[in-house]
Amino acid sequence: MELAPLLLLLFAFTLAVFLGFELIAKVPSQLHTPLMSGSNAISGITVVGALLALAANEPPLARWIGFAAVVLATINVVGGYAITDRMLAMFKKKEKP
Amino acid sequence: MKEVLINLLYIVSAILFIFGIKWLGNADTARRGNRISSVGMLLAVIATLLYGGLDWKLVAGGVLLGSVIGLVVAARVKMTGMPELVALFNGFGGLASLLVGAAEYHKFHHAGAQSYVSSLAAQTGVTVPLAFAVIAISLTILVGGITFTGSLVAWAKLSEKMSGRPMVFAGQKTLNIALLTASIAGATALGAQPAASWSAGLVIGLVAASLLIGILMTLPIGGGDMPVVISLLNAFSGVAAALAGFIILNNVLVVAGCLVGASGMILTFIMCKAMNRSIGNVLFGGFGAIAGKQKASTGEMRPASVEDAYYVLEAARSVVIIPGYGMAVAQAQHAVKELALMLENNGTEVRFAIHPVAGRMPGHMNVLLAEADVPYEQLQEMEPVNAIMPTVDVAIVIGANDVVNPAALDDPASPIFGMPIIHAHEAHTIYCLKRGKGTGFSGLENALFYHPNTRMLYGDAKATVSALAAEFGK
Repeated sequence: MELAPLLLLLFAFTLAVFLGFELIAKVPSQLHTPLMSGSNAISGITVVGALLALAANEPPLARWIGFAAVVLATINVVGGYAITDRMLAMFKKKEKP
Repeated sequence: MKEVLINLLYIVSAILFIFGIKWLGNADTARRGNRISSVGMLLAVIATLLYGGLDWKLVAGGVLLGSVIGLVVAARVKMTGMPELVALFNGFGGLASLLVGAAEYHKFHHAGAQSYVSSLAAQTGVTVPLAFAVIAISLTILVGGITFTGSLVAWAKLSEKMSGRPMVFAGQKTLNIALLTASIAGATALGAQPAASWSAGLVIGLVAASLLIGILMTLPIGGGDMPVVISLLNAFSGVAAALAGFIILNNVLVVAGCLVGASGMILTFIMCKAMNRSIGNVLFGGFGAIAGKQKASTGEMRPASVEDAYYVLEAARSVVIIPGYGMAVAQAQHAVKELALMLENNGTEVRFAIHPVAGRMPGHMNVLLAEADVPYEQLQEMEPVNAIMPTVDVAIVIGANDVVNPAALDDPASPIFGMPIIHAHEAHTIYCLKRGKGTGFSGLENALFYHPNTRMLYGDAKATVSALAAEFGK
C-alpha cells in the first residue's frame, strides 16, 4: 500500500481549492454568466476519465459506458466553450462607438 | 518516460486553466481567457490519448459526435435560452462523471480486485489501496448523479417545462437526509468489502439514490433562486470530476475539477449575498412556498396607455430602465435599445440599472443588452443608481419583479425582506411593463405595482417598447 502518492494528490486538491477561491473573489457581476459557463466547460475535464475508460482490453460494457461518457463530456466541453465565446464576442464589440 | 511527458503536459494544461479562469474575471481579457482554457482542455485530451491502447474507433466516434452536437446546439441557441442551456450542459458533465465511475466499477467487477489494481498501477505507476478506489468510485457516482438530475430539474424549471414554484411535501428534508446518509453508508460498506457478492447491487442502488437526491434537492427551490442553484450544481460537477480523478489518480482531473468546484462555490456565495440570503436558506427554505402571511397590498394597479407613457417620457430629463427576465422572455432587448436611442436623441439621459440577480442567471441582463449593442457605460450597478433614484423622472421596469419590490425594504413578513433592491419606487413616475396581472416567477405580490406613482403597461414587453419607440418616431 502506497499512501504517499494519494497524499500528494490530496495536497494538490487542497491547494486548488484555495486557488479557485482566490481567482473568483473579485469578479464584476456582469461577467458572472460567462464565468459560470466558461468554468462549466472546464468541468467537462471529466472527458479525460471517460477516454481512459475506453482502453481496448476492457470488457465491452465498460467501453460502451465509457463511450457514452465521452460523448456527454465532449458536448459539455465543446458546447460550453463555444457558447461562452459567443457571449463574450458580444461584450467585445461595443469598444468604441 | 511516457508517464512523465503526459504529466508534464497535464501541468501545462492546469496552468492554462488557471489563467483561463483568472482572465475570464476581467472584461478586457475574458475572451482570451476562455480561449486559453479551451487550449488547456485540448492539451489535456491529447496528453490522455498518449497513454495509448484505447479503442480508437470509440474514441474518435465519441469525440466527433459530442463535438458536433455541442457546436450545433451552442451556435443555434438564442441568447435568452442561455441559462437553461448552461444547466443542461452542466447536467451532461455530471452524468459523464457518473458514467466514468460506473465504467471503472464494471472493470473492477469484471476483472476482479487483483487485476483491476494492477491495471490501474500499470497506467499510473502507483499501486493504490483497493478500498480507496472503490470509495472514490462511489462518491463520483453520488455527486455525478446529484449533478445530473439536479441540473435537469433546473433546466426544466428555467425553460418553463415545469412550474417554477417550489415543490415541498411533508418529510422532504428527512427523506433527503436519510437518502444521503444511506448513500454514504453504502459507499463505506463498498470500501470495506469491495468484492462482496452484494456489491454490484449496492452500486446500482447508489446510482438510483443519487439520481433521486438530485431531483428531491432541486424541486423545493423556487425559480427565482435558479441562478444560485446552477452555480452550485456547476461547483458539484467540478467536484464530481475531481473525484473521478481520485479513482484513476489523474492530476489534471483533480486539479481542474477542484478549481471549478471552488470557484463555483465562491460564485454561489457571492450570489447569495446579493440576495441577502444564506445558502442554507436558498437550499432548504422552500422560498415562497409559504405565501399569504405578508402584507396584503392596498389599492389597485393603475393601467396606462402607450400614448400616456409617451407624453411623460417625452418630457423626462432622466430615465432609468430596469430590465428583468420578462425582457428576456419577450426578446425585447433590441427594441429596448431602440427606445433608449430615441430617448437620447430627445435629450434625455438614459441609464440601465442592472440588479445582480436580475434574470435567471447572474449577469444575464448584461449579456442580453450587450447583444443589443447597448453601450457599456450605460449599464449601471444597483448602488450608484439607487443613490440618484429620487432625482430620476421616469423608471421603466421591463419584466423585472422581485428586484424592484419595495416589500424587501419595509415588510418584515415578506420572504424577500432584507434583499437589496433597485429603488424604482423613488422615481417620480414608474412604468411597469408586464404580461398580465398575475404574480411573477417567485409567486410574490409586488408592492411596487400598487404604488401611487406606478402605471402599468400590460402586454408583450417587446410590442409595448416598440410602440413607445414608434411614438417618438412620429
